[in-house]
Amino acid sequence: MSANPASRWGLRFLGLGYLTMLLLIPLVMIFYKTFEEGIGPPLDAVTSPDGLHALKLSLLMVVIAVPLNTVFGIGCALLLVRHKSKLNPVIDAVINLPFAVSPVVIGLSLYLLYGTNGWFAFLGEEGIKILFSVPGMVLASIFVSLPFVVRETVPVLQEIGTDQEQAGQTLGANAWQTFRKITLPSIRWGVAYGVVLTTARVLGEFGAVTIVSGSINGQTQTLPLFVEKQYANFNSTGAYGASLVLALLALITLFAMNLLKRKEDA
Amino acid sequence: MEAHPANLPAPSQHRAGIRLPGLGVGFGGGMVMLYLSLIVLLPLAAVASEAFSLGLGHFWEQVTSPLAKKSLELTVICSLIVVVVNGFFGTILAWLLVRDKFPGKSIINAVIDLPFALPTIVASLILLTLYGADSPLGIDLAFTRTAIVVALCFVTLPFVVRAVQPLLLEMDREMEAAAASLGAGNFTIFRRIIFPNLLPGLAAGVALAFARALGEFGSVLLFAGGNPDTTVSSVFIRNQVESGNEVGAAAVSVVLLVASLLLLASVSLIQRWAIRHDRGSTDFIVTVENKDVSGGGI
Repeated sequence: MSANPASRWGLRFLGLGYLTMLLLIPLVMIFYKTFEEGIGPPLDAVTSPDGLHALKLSLLMVVIAVPLNTVFGIGCALLLVRHKSKLNPVIDAVINLPFAVSPVVIGLSLYLLYGTNGWFAFLGEEGIKILFSVPGMVLASIFVSLPFVVRETVPVLQEIGTDQEQAGQTLGANAWQTFRKITLPSIRWGVAYGVVLTTARVLGEFGAVTIVSGSINGQTQTLPLFVEKQYANFNSTGAYGASLVLALLALITLFAMNLLKRKEDA
Repeated sequence: MEAHPANLPAPSQHRAGIRLPGLGVGFGGGMVMLYLSLIVLLPLAAVASEAFSLGLGHFWEQVTSPLAKKSLELTVICSLIVVVVNGFFGTILAWLLVRDKFPGKSIINAVIDLPFALPTIVASLILLTLYGADSPLGIDLAFTRTAIVVALCFVTLPFVVRAVQPLLLEMDREMEAAAASLGAGNFTIFRRIIFPNLLPGLAAGVALAFARALGEFGSVLLFAGGNPDTTVSSVFIRNQVESGNEVGAAAVSVVLLVASLLLLASVSLIQRWAIRHDRGSTDFIVTVENKDVSGGGI
Protein backbone atom coordinates (compact mmCIF):
# COMPACT_ATOMS: atom_id res chain seq x y z
CA MET A 1 0.00 0.00 0.00
CA SER A 2 1.71 3.15 -1.17
CA ALA A 3 -0.28 5.88 0.47
CA ASN A 4 -0.72 9.04 -1.53
CA PRO A 5 0.79 12.20 0.02
CA ALA A 6 -2.53 13.44 1.39
CA SER A 7 -3.37 10.30 3.32
CA ARG A 8 0.27 9.90 4.41
CA TRP A 9 0.17 13.37 5.98
CA GLY A 10 -3.24 12.63 7.42
CA LEU A 11 -1.96 9.52 9.19
CA ARG A 12 1.13 11.38 10.41
CA PHE A 13 -1.05 14.15 11.79
CA LEU A 14 -3.35 11.70 13.60
CA GLY A 15 -0.68 9.35 14.95
CA LEU A 16 1.97 11.85 15.93
CA GLY A 17 -0.61 14.36 17.14
CA TYR A 18 -2.06 11.75 19.50
CA LEU A 19 1.41 10.81 20.71
CA THR A 20 2.34 14.46 21.27
CA MET A 21 -0.75 15.25 23.33
CA LEU A 22 -0.60 12.02 25.32
CA LEU A 23 3.13 11.41 25.85
CA LEU A 24 5.48 14.10 24.57
CA ILE A 25 3.97 17.24 26.10
CA PRO A 26 3.49 15.51 29.49
CA LEU A 27 7.14 14.45 29.44
CA VAL A 28 8.30 18.01 28.77
CA MET A 29 5.89 19.28 31.43
CA ILE A 30 7.66 17.34 34.19
CA PHE A 31 10.88 19.21 33.51
CA TYR A 32 9.15 22.56 33.10
CA LYS A 33 7.04 22.30 36.27
CA THR A 34 9.90 21.08 38.43
CA PHE A 35 12.16 24.01 37.61
CA GLU A 36 9.43 26.65 37.34
CA GLU A 37 10.70 28.31 40.54
CA GLY A 38 14.34 27.47 40.04
CA ILE A 39 16.42 24.48 40.99
CA GLY A 40 16.41 25.20 44.76
CA PRO A 41 12.93 24.17 46.00
CA PRO A 42 12.72 20.79 44.20
CA LEU A 43 16.27 19.98 45.25
CA ASP A 44 15.44 20.83 48.88
CA ALA A 45 12.36 18.59 48.78
CA VAL A 46 14.19 15.61 47.32
CA THR A 47 17.14 15.99 49.71
CA SER A 48 14.90 16.47 52.76
CA PRO A 49 15.22 13.62 55.30
CA ASP A 50 11.89 12.09 54.19
CA GLY A 51 12.80 12.44 50.53
CA LEU A 52 16.19 10.83 50.95
CA HIS A 53 14.67 8.06 53.04
CA ALA A 54 12.12 7.38 50.30
CA LEU A 55 14.90 7.20 47.71
CA LYS A 56 16.89 4.81 49.89
CA LEU A 57 13.86 2.61 50.49
CA SER A 58 13.11 2.48 46.76
CA LEU A 59 16.69 1.38 46.11
CA LEU A 60 16.39 -1.24 48.88
CA MET A 61 13.33 -2.69 47.10
CA VAL A 62 15.39 -2.95 43.91
CA VAL A 63 18.37 -4.53 45.68
CA ILE A 64 16.18 -7.29 47.18
CA ALA A 65 13.46 -7.91 44.59
CA VAL A 66 15.53 -7.74 41.39
CA PRO A 67 18.19 -10.40 42.25
CA LEU A 68 15.52 -12.76 43.63
CA ASN A 69 13.34 -12.47 40.54
CA THR A 70 16.39 -12.75 38.26
CA VAL A 71 17.58 -16.03 39.79
CA PHE A 72 14.03 -17.33 39.85
CA GLY A 73 13.42 -16.09 36.30
CA ILE A 74 16.45 -17.84 34.78
CA GLY A 75 15.73 -21.07 36.65
CA CYS A 76 12.07 -21.03 35.74
CA ALA A 77 12.79 -20.25 32.07
CA LEU A 78 15.25 -23.18 31.90
CA LEU A 79 12.64 -25.45 33.41
CA LEU A 80 9.89 -24.28 31.02
CA VAL A 81 12.01 -24.54 27.88
CA ARG A 82 14.21 -27.55 28.59
CA HIS A 83 11.87 -29.88 30.45
CA LYS A 84 8.53 -30.64 28.93
CA SER A 85 6.17 -31.41 31.76
CA LYS A 86 2.45 -31.42 32.38
CA LEU A 87 2.95 -28.68 34.94
CA ASN A 88 4.42 -26.25 32.39
CA PRO A 89 1.12 -24.73 31.19
CA VAL A 90 0.13 -24.18 34.83
CA ILE A 91 3.44 -22.52 35.70
CA ASP A 92 3.19 -20.44 32.53
CA ALA A 93 -0.29 -19.21 33.45
CA VAL A 94 0.67 -18.39 37.05
CA ILE A 95 3.70 -16.41 35.88
CA ASN A 96 1.49 -14.19 33.73
CA LEU A 97 -0.86 -13.44 36.63
CA PRO A 98 1.03 -10.43 38.06
CA PHE A 99 0.66 -8.68 34.67
CA ALA A 100 -3.07 -9.15 34.60
CA VAL A 101 -3.98 -8.62 38.25
CA SER A 102 -4.62 -5.09 39.47
CA PRO A 103 -1.83 -3.73 41.71
CA VAL A 104 -4.46 -2.88 44.30
CA VAL A 105 -5.66 -6.49 44.33
CA ILE A 106 -2.04 -7.60 44.78
CA GLY A 107 -1.71 -5.22 47.73
CA LEU A 108 -5.00 -6.45 49.19
CA SER A 109 -3.92 -10.08 48.82
CA LEU A 110 -0.82 -9.49 50.96
CA TYR A 111 -2.84 -7.36 53.37
CA LEU A 112 -5.28 -10.24 53.91
CA LEU A 113 -2.66 -13.01 54.06
CA TYR A 114 -0.46 -11.28 56.64
CA GLY A 115 -3.18 -9.24 58.39
CA THR A 116 -4.56 -9.87 61.87
CA ASN A 117 -7.06 -12.51 60.68
CA GLY A 118 -4.89 -13.88 57.87
CA TRP A 119 -3.40 -17.34 57.47
CA PHE A 120 0.07 -15.96 58.29
CA ALA A 121 -1.08 -13.83 61.23
CA PHE A 122 1.06 -16.02 63.52
CA LEU A 123 4.16 -14.27 62.13
CA GLY A 124 2.96 -11.06 63.72
CA GLU A 125 2.38 -12.82 67.01
CA GLU A 126 5.98 -14.04 66.83
CA GLY A 127 7.04 -10.41 66.49
CA ILE A 128 7.82 -10.55 62.77
CA LYS A 129 6.17 -7.47 61.32
CA ILE A 130 5.23 -7.83 57.64
CA LEU A 131 2.45 -5.29 57.06
CA PHE A 132 3.12 -1.56 57.36
CA SER A 133 6.84 -2.27 57.31
CA VAL A 134 9.58 -3.08 54.85
CA PRO A 135 9.05 -6.89 54.46
CA GLY A 136 5.49 -6.40 53.19
CA MET A 137 6.66 -3.79 50.71
CA VAL A 138 9.40 -6.14 49.50
CA LEU A 139 6.85 -8.94 49.00
CA ALA A 140 4.63 -6.58 47.00
CA SER A 141 7.59 -5.51 44.84
CA ILE A 142 8.57 -9.12 44.15
CA PHE A 143 4.98 -10.02 43.26
CA VAL A 144 4.42 -7.23 40.74
CA SER A 145 7.78 -7.65 38.98
CA LEU A 146 7.95 -11.45 38.93
CA PRO A 147 7.25 -12.22 35.25
CA PHE A 148 9.72 -9.96 33.40
CA VAL A 149 12.93 -12.03 33.51
CA VAL A 150 11.08 -15.29 32.74
CA ARG A 151 9.25 -13.72 29.81
CA GLU A 152 12.40 -12.23 28.30
CA THR A 153 14.55 -15.33 28.82
CA VAL A 154 12.18 -18.01 27.49
CA PRO A 155 12.25 -16.95 23.81
CA VAL A 156 16.05 -16.53 23.84
CA LEU A 157 16.50 -20.00 25.33
CA GLN A 158 14.20 -21.45 22.69
CA GLU A 159 16.23 -19.80 19.99
CA ILE A 160 19.70 -20.91 21.06
CA GLY A 161 18.79 -24.60 21.29
CA THR A 162 21.01 -27.18 22.97
CA ASP A 163 23.74 -27.94 20.39
CA GLN A 164 26.47 -25.97 22.10
CA GLU A 165 25.51 -27.21 25.55
CA GLN A 166 25.75 -30.80 24.36
CA ALA A 167 29.10 -30.12 22.71
CA GLY A 168 30.37 -28.70 25.99
CA GLN A 169 29.15 -31.72 27.91
CA THR A 170 30.70 -34.11 25.40
CA LEU A 171 34.00 -32.37 26.10
CA GLY A 172 33.56 -33.05 29.80
CA ALA A 173 32.05 -29.86 31.19
CA ASN A 174 29.84 -30.38 34.22
CA ALA A 175 26.38 -28.85 34.52
CA TRP A 176 27.52 -25.67 36.26
CA GLN A 177 30.36 -25.09 33.81
CA THR A 178 27.97 -25.62 30.90
CA PHE A 179 25.57 -23.11 32.36
CA ARG A 180 28.18 -20.49 33.20
CA LYS A 181 30.31 -20.76 30.06
CA ILE A 182 27.72 -21.56 27.39
CA THR A 183 24.09 -20.96 28.40
CA LEU A 184 24.47 -17.75 30.39
CA PRO A 185 26.61 -15.89 27.80
CA SER A 186 24.08 -16.70 25.07
CA ILE A 187 21.05 -15.53 27.03
CA ARG A 188 22.66 -12.56 28.79
CA TRP A 189 21.05 -9.77 26.71
CA GLY A 190 17.61 -11.29 27.10
CA VAL A 191 18.15 -11.60 30.84
CA ALA A 192 19.54 -8.06 31.03
CA TYR A 193 16.45 -6.74 29.24
CA GLY A 194 14.27 -8.53 31.76
CA VAL A 195 16.33 -7.09 34.63
CA VAL A 196 15.86 -3.55 33.29
CA LEU A 197 12.09 -4.02 33.10
CA THR A 198 12.02 -5.56 36.59
CA THR A 199 13.98 -2.65 38.04
CA ALA A 200 11.73 -0.06 36.39
CA ARG A 201 8.64 -1.80 37.66
CA VAL A 202 9.96 -2.07 41.23
CA LEU A 203 11.01 1.58 41.28
CA GLY A 204 7.67 2.75 39.98
CA GLU A 205 5.25 0.46 41.80
CA PHE A 206 2.56 2.40 43.60
CA GLY A 207 -0.77 0.59 44.01
CA ALA A 208 0.38 -2.65 45.65
CA VAL A 209 2.94 -0.95 47.90
CA THR A 210 0.51 1.75 49.00
CA ILE A 211 -1.91 -0.84 50.44
CA VAL A 212 0.68 -2.82 52.43
CA SER A 213 2.91 0.06 53.54
CA GLY A 214 0.58 2.54 55.19
CA SER A 215 2.85 5.22 53.64
CA ILE A 216 4.34 6.48 56.90
CA ASN A 217 6.60 9.51 56.32
CA GLY A 218 10.26 8.65 56.62
CA GLN A 219 9.49 5.01 57.43
CA THR A 220 7.49 3.11 54.85
CA GLN A 221 7.55 5.49 51.91
CA THR A 222 9.10 4.67 48.59
CA LEU A 223 9.62 7.45 46.05
CA PRO A 224 6.23 7.01 44.30
CA LEU A 225 4.46 7.07 47.68
CA PHE A 226 6.45 10.19 48.58
CA VAL A 227 5.16 11.85 45.38
CA GLU A 228 1.56 11.16 46.34
CA LYS A 229 2.01 12.26 49.97
CA GLN A 230 3.72 15.49 48.96
CA TYR A 231 0.94 16.23 46.51
CA ALA A 232 -1.74 15.46 49.12
CA ASN A 233 0.02 17.84 51.52
CA PHE A 234 -0.09 20.65 48.92
CA ASN A 235 3.68 20.57 48.51
CA SER A 236 3.59 20.29 44.74
CA THR A 237 7.22 21.36 44.37
CA GLY A 238 8.25 18.30 46.37
CA ALA A 239 5.94 16.11 44.31
CA TYR A 240 7.40 17.43 41.05
CA GLY A 241 10.97 17.12 42.29
CA ALA A 242 10.52 13.45 43.22
CA SER A 243 8.59 12.90 39.98
CA LEU A 244 11.51 14.28 38.02
CA VAL A 245 13.88 11.84 39.71
CA LEU A 246 11.53 8.99 38.77
CA ALA A 247 11.10 10.33 35.22
CA LEU A 248 14.87 10.50 34.74
CA LEU A 249 15.12 6.89 35.91
CA ALA A 250 12.36 6.04 33.40
CA LEU A 251 14.30 7.72 30.59
CA ILE A 252 17.44 5.78 31.55
CA THR A 253 15.28 2.63 31.45
CA LEU A 254 14.06 3.50 27.94
CA PHE A 255 17.63 4.09 26.81
CA ALA A 256 18.78 0.77 28.30
CA MET A 257 15.82 -1.06 26.71
CA ASN A 258 16.75 0.28 23.28
CA LEU A 259 20.40 -0.53 23.69
CA LEU A 260 19.70 -4.08 24.85
CA LYS A 261 17.14 -4.72 22.09
CA ARG A 262 19.79 -3.77 19.56
CA LYS A 263 22.37 -6.07 21.22
CA GLU A 264 19.84 -8.89 21.26
CA ASP A 265 19.02 -8.46 17.58
CA ALA A 266 22.68 -8.22 16.58
CA MET B 1 14.18 -21.86 16.07
CA GLU B 2 11.94 -24.41 14.42
CA ALA B 3 14.86 -26.44 13.07
CA HIS B 4 15.98 -27.46 16.48
CA PRO B 5 13.83 -30.11 18.10
CA ALA B 6 13.39 -31.82 14.75
CA ASN B 7 17.11 -32.21 14.18
CA LEU B 8 17.87 -33.83 17.47
CA PRO B 9 17.03 -37.36 18.44
CA ALA B 10 14.72 -37.25 21.42
CA PRO B 11 16.84 -39.21 23.93
CA SER B 12 19.95 -37.05 23.60
CA GLN B 13 17.92 -33.92 24.14
CA HIS B 14 16.43 -35.45 27.21
CA ARG B 15 19.86 -36.27 28.56
CA ALA B 16 21.12 -32.76 27.86
CA GLY B 17 18.15 -31.47 29.77
CA ILE B 18 18.75 -33.53 32.86
CA ARG B 19 22.39 -32.61 32.99
CA LEU B 20 21.70 -28.93 32.59
CA PRO B 21 22.31 -26.42 35.34
CA GLY B 22 23.14 -27.81 38.72
CA LEU B 23 19.73 -28.39 40.20
CA GLY B 24 17.97 -31.63 39.60
CA VAL B 25 14.78 -31.20 37.62
CA GLY B 26 12.59 -32.34 40.48
CA PHE B 27 14.27 -30.05 42.97
CA GLY B 28 14.20 -27.13 40.49
CA GLY B 29 10.55 -27.70 39.70
CA GLY B 30 9.77 -27.87 43.41
CA MET B 31 11.56 -24.59 44.07
CA VAL B 32 9.71 -22.87 41.22
CA MET B 33 6.36 -24.06 42.52
CA LEU B 34 7.26 -23.07 46.08
CA TYR B 35 8.30 -19.56 45.02
CA LEU B 36 5.17 -19.10 42.90
CA SER B 37 2.96 -20.42 45.70
CA LEU B 38 4.43 -18.19 48.39
CA ILE B 39 4.64 -15.03 46.29
CA VAL B 40 1.57 -15.30 44.03
CA LEU B 41 -0.84 -18.15 44.72
CA LEU B 42 -1.26 -18.06 48.51
CA PRO B 43 -1.95 -14.31 48.63
CA LEU B 44 -4.49 -14.56 45.80
CA ALA B 45 -6.11 -17.56 47.51
CA ALA B 46 -6.44 -15.42 50.63
CA VAL B 47 -8.44 -12.87 48.61
CA ALA B 48 -10.80 -15.54 47.28
CA SER B 49 -11.19 -17.03 50.76
CA GLU B 50 -11.98 -13.64 52.28
CA ALA B 51 -14.51 -12.83 49.54
CA PHE B 52 -16.53 -15.97 50.27
CA SER B 53 -15.89 -16.04 54.04
CA LEU B 54 -19.45 -14.97 54.83
CA GLY B 55 -21.07 -17.14 52.20
CA LEU B 56 -22.01 -16.85 48.55
CA GLY B 57 -25.03 -14.68 49.29
CA HIS B 58 -22.96 -12.09 51.11
CA PHE B 59 -20.39 -12.11 48.28
CA TRP B 60 -23.14 -11.38 45.77
CA GLU B 61 -24.55 -8.64 48.00
CA GLN B 62 -21.15 -6.95 48.13
CA VAL B 63 -20.56 -7.18 44.38
CA THR B 64 -24.02 -5.86 43.53
CA SER B 65 -24.12 -3.12 46.16
CA PRO B 66 -24.87 0.19 44.39
CA LEU B 67 -21.36 1.66 44.77
CA ALA B 68 -19.53 -1.57 43.84
CA LYS B 69 -21.74 -2.08 40.81
CA LYS B 70 -21.32 1.52 39.74
CA SER B 71 -17.53 1.29 39.98
CA LEU B 72 -17.42 -1.97 38.00
CA GLU B 73 -19.67 -0.56 35.28
CA LEU B 74 -17.59 2.61 35.08
CA THR B 75 -14.37 0.60 34.85
CA VAL B 76 -15.64 -1.66 32.09
CA ILE B 77 -17.13 1.18 30.02
CA CYS B 78 -14.00 3.35 30.30
CA SER B 79 -11.76 0.39 29.47
CA LEU B 80 -13.84 -0.42 26.38
CA ILE B 81 -13.58 3.18 25.16
CA VAL B 82 -9.84 3.12 25.81
CA VAL B 83 -9.16 -0.03 23.81
CA VAL B 84 -11.15 1.30 20.86
CA VAL B 85 -9.23 4.60 20.92
CA ASN B 86 -5.86 2.92 21.35
CA GLY B 87 -6.73 0.20 18.83
CA PHE B 88 -7.25 2.97 16.26
CA PHE B 89 -4.32 5.25 17.11
CA GLY B 90 -2.04 2.34 18.04
CA THR B 91 -2.48 0.80 14.59
CA ILE B 92 -1.77 4.15 12.93
CA LEU B 93 1.37 4.61 15.04
CA ALA B 94 2.57 1.09 14.25
CA TRP B 95 2.00 1.79 10.56
CA LEU B 96 3.96 5.06 10.75
CA LEU B 97 6.84 3.36 12.55
CA VAL B 98 7.07 0.51 10.02
CA ARG B 99 6.04 1.99 6.66
CA ASP B 100 6.72 5.70 6.92
CA LYS B 101 9.94 7.67 7.04
CA PHE B 102 10.22 10.89 9.01
CA PRO B 103 12.91 12.62 11.05
CA GLY B 104 13.03 11.51 14.69
CA LYS B 105 11.38 8.16 13.96
CA SER B 106 13.76 6.17 16.14
CA ILE B 107 13.16 8.53 19.06
CA ILE B 108 9.40 8.17 18.61
CA ASN B 109 9.83 4.40 18.51
CA ALA B 110 11.65 4.51 21.85
CA VAL B 111 9.20 6.94 23.47
CA ILE B 112 6.26 4.57 22.78
CA ASP B 113 7.49 2.46 25.73
CA LEU B 114 7.52 5.44 28.12
CA PRO B 115 4.27 4.41 29.83
CA PHE B 116 5.89 1.06 30.71
CA ALA B 117 8.87 2.83 32.27
CA LEU B 118 7.26 5.86 33.91
CA PRO B 119 5.72 5.30 37.36
CA THR B 120 1.93 5.57 37.14
CA ILE B 121 1.71 8.10 39.96
CA VAL B 122 4.04 10.40 38.02
CA ALA B 123 1.85 9.96 34.94
CA SER B 124 -1.18 10.91 37.01
CA LEU B 125 0.48 14.03 38.44
CA ILE B 126 1.65 15.20 35.03
CA LEU B 127 -1.68 14.58 33.30
CA LEU B 128 -3.32 16.55 36.11
CA THR B 129 -0.90 19.41 35.55
CA LEU B 130 -1.42 19.41 31.81
CA TYR B 131 -5.17 18.76 31.67
CA GLY B 132 -6.24 20.00 35.11
CA ALA B 133 -7.55 23.28 36.54
CA ASP B 134 -4.29 25.15 35.77
CA SER B 135 -3.95 23.62 32.32
CA PRO B 136 -1.55 25.64 30.12
CA LEU B 137 -3.63 24.43 27.16
CA GLY B 138 -6.89 25.58 28.74
CA ILE B 139 -8.29 22.04 28.82
CA ASP B 140 -9.64 21.11 32.25
CA LEU B 141 -10.57 17.43 32.51
CA ALA B 142 -9.60 16.85 36.14
CA PHE B 143 -11.90 14.62 38.23
CA THR B 144 -14.13 13.72 35.27
CA ARG B 145 -14.76 10.45 33.49
CA THR B 146 -12.85 11.79 30.50
CA ALA B 147 -9.82 12.00 32.81
CA ILE B 148 -10.15 8.28 33.52
CA VAL B 149 -10.16 7.55 29.79
CA VAL B 150 -7.12 9.80 29.14
CA ALA B 151 -5.14 8.24 31.99
CA LEU B 152 -5.95 4.72 30.81
CA CYS B 153 -5.08 5.66 27.21
CA PHE B 154 -1.69 6.82 28.47
CA VAL B 155 -0.81 3.62 30.33
CA THR B 156 -2.11 1.18 27.68
CA LEU B 157 -0.76 2.88 24.53
CA PRO B 158 2.30 0.60 24.07
CA PHE B 159 0.30 -2.65 24.12
CA VAL B 160 -1.41 -2.23 20.75
CA VAL B 161 1.56 -0.58 19.02
CA ARG B 162 3.96 -3.30 20.13
CA ALA B 163 1.54 -6.08 19.20
CA VAL B 164 0.82 -4.76 15.69
CA GLN B 165 4.32 -3.53 14.80
CA PRO B 166 6.03 -6.94 14.31
CA LEU B 167 3.12 -8.19 12.18
CA LEU B 168 3.40 -5.18 9.87
CA LEU B 169 7.15 -5.61 9.72
CA GLU B 170 6.93 -9.19 8.50
CA MET B 171 3.98 -8.75 6.19
CA ASP B 172 4.53 -9.82 2.62
CA ARG B 173 4.22 -6.68 0.54
CA GLU B 174 3.87 -8.58 -2.73
CA MET B 175 0.25 -9.33 -1.88
CA GLU B 176 -0.44 -5.62 -1.63
CA ALA B 177 1.39 -4.97 -4.90
CA ALA B 178 -0.64 -7.71 -6.57
CA ALA B 179 -3.89 -6.24 -5.26
CA ALA B 180 -2.87 -2.78 -6.41
CA SER B 181 -2.00 -4.05 -9.89
CA LEU B 182 -5.45 -5.59 -10.08
CA GLY B 183 -6.92 -2.18 -9.45
CA ALA B 184 -7.65 -2.23 -5.69
CA GLY B 185 -7.61 1.14 -3.98
CA ASN B 186 -5.78 1.86 -0.75
CA PHE B 187 -8.85 1.40 1.38
CA THR B 188 -9.68 -1.94 -0.24
CA ILE B 189 -6.09 -3.13 0.19
CA PHE B 190 -6.19 -2.17 3.85
CA ARG B 191 -9.55 -3.76 4.47
CA ARG B 192 -9.03 -6.97 2.50
CA ILE B 193 -5.31 -7.65 2.94
CA ILE B 194 -3.58 -5.64 5.65
CA PHE B 195 -6.29 -5.64 8.31
CA PRO B 196 -6.97 -9.41 8.28
CA ASN B 197 -3.23 -10.03 8.66
CA LEU B 198 -2.98 -7.59 11.57
CA LEU B 199 -6.03 -8.95 13.32
CA PRO B 200 -4.36 -11.56 15.60
CA GLY B 201 -1.82 -9.01 16.89
CA LEU B 202 -4.43 -6.31 17.23
CA ALA B 203 -6.76 -8.63 19.14
CA ALA B 204 -4.00 -9.79 21.50
CA GLY B 205 -2.83 -6.20 22.08
CA VAL B 206 -6.39 -5.04 22.73
CA ALA B 207 -7.02 -7.88 25.21
CA LEU B 208 -3.85 -7.09 27.14
CA ALA B 209 -4.64 -3.36 27.14
CA PHE B 210 -8.14 -4.15 28.38
CA ALA B 211 -6.78 -6.29 31.23
CA ARG B 212 -4.38 -3.54 32.22
CA ALA B 213 -7.10 -0.87 32.05
CA LEU B 214 -9.48 -2.88 34.26
CA GLY B 215 -7.00 -2.93 37.13
CA GLU B 216 -5.24 0.41 36.71
CA PHE B 217 -4.89 2.47 39.88
CA GLY B 218 -1.98 4.91 40.14
CA SER B 219 -2.48 6.88 36.93
CA VAL B 220 -6.18 7.40 37.64
CA LEU B 221 -5.77 8.35 41.29
CA LEU B 222 -4.61 11.99 41.22
CA PHE B 223 -6.04 12.91 37.82
CA ALA B 224 -9.56 11.49 38.05
CA GLY B 225 -9.72 11.25 41.82
CA GLY B 226 -12.28 9.28 43.73
CA ASN B 227 -15.44 11.33 43.73
CA PRO B 228 -18.66 9.29 43.44
CA ASP B 229 -18.72 9.63 39.65
CA THR B 230 -15.07 8.76 39.03
CA THR B 231 -14.43 5.87 41.39
CA VAL B 232 -13.06 3.02 39.29
CA SER B 233 -12.94 -0.47 40.78
CA SER B 234 -9.33 -0.31 41.95
CA VAL B 235 -10.00 2.95 43.80
CA PHE B 236 -13.20 1.43 45.20
CA ILE B 237 -11.21 -1.55 46.54
CA ARG B 238 -8.68 0.79 48.17
CA ASN B 239 -11.51 2.78 49.78
CA GLN B 240 -13.13 -0.39 51.14
CA VAL B 241 -9.81 -1.50 52.68
CA GLU B 242 -9.42 1.91 54.30
CA SER B 243 -12.93 1.85 55.73
CA GLY B 244 -12.45 -1.68 57.08
CA ASN B 245 -14.80 -3.56 54.73
CA GLU B 246 -12.35 -6.27 53.78
CA VAL B 247 -14.99 -8.68 52.49
CA GLY B 248 -16.35 -6.03 50.13
CA ALA B 249 -12.84 -5.22 48.88
CA ALA B 250 -12.10 -8.91 48.35
CA ALA B 251 -15.43 -9.53 46.58
CA VAL B 252 -14.82 -6.84 43.94
CA SER B 253 -11.22 -8.06 43.66
CA VAL B 254 -12.45 -11.55 42.80
CA VAL B 255 -14.56 -10.09 39.98
CA LEU B 256 -11.48 -8.29 38.62
CA LEU B 257 -9.37 -11.43 39.06
CA VAL B 258 -11.80 -13.59 37.10
CA ALA B 259 -11.97 -10.96 34.36
CA SER B 260 -8.17 -10.86 34.05
CA LEU B 261 -7.95 -14.65 33.97
CA LEU B 262 -10.49 -14.78 31.14
CA LEU B 263 -8.58 -12.10 29.24
CA LEU B 264 -5.27 -13.95 29.66
CA ALA B 265 -6.91 -17.14 28.44
CA SER B 266 -8.32 -15.29 25.43
CA VAL B 267 -4.87 -13.94 24.55
CA SER B 268 -3.38 -17.42 24.47
CA LEU B 269 -6.38 -18.69 22.47
CA ILE B 270 -5.91 -15.89 19.94
CA GLN B 271 -2.26 -16.79 19.60
CA ARG B 272 -2.95 -20.48 19.17
CA TRP B 273 -5.66 -19.68 16.63
CA ALA B 274 -3.29 -17.45 14.68
CA ILE B 275 -0.59 -20.11 14.63
CA ARG B 276 -3.01 -22.74 13.39
CA HIS B 277 -4.47 -20.53 10.67
CA ASP B 278 -1.26 -19.09 9.36
CA ARG B 279 1.86 -21.15 9.71
CA GLY B 280 3.89 -18.24 8.46
CA SER B 281 2.83 -16.13 11.40
CA THR B 282 4.26 -18.43 14.08
CA ASP B 283 7.46 -16.46 14.36
CA PHE B 284 5.94 -13.12 14.99
CA ILE B 285 3.35 -14.46 17.36
CA VAL B 286 6.26 -15.52 19.54
CA THR B 287 7.63 -12.01 19.14
CA VAL B 288 4.31 -10.51 20.08
CA GLU B 289 4.12 -12.56 23.22
CA ASN B 290 7.66 -11.68 24.11
CA LYS B 291 7.39 -7.98 23.45
CA ASP B 292 4.08 -6.92 24.73
CA VAL B 293 3.43 -9.24 27.60
CA SER B 294 6.80 -8.16 28.88
CA GLY B 295 5.57 -4.64 29.17
CA GLY B 296 3.03 -5.41 31.83
CA GLY B 297 3.49 -1.89 33.02
CA ILE B 298 4.12 -0.14 36.21
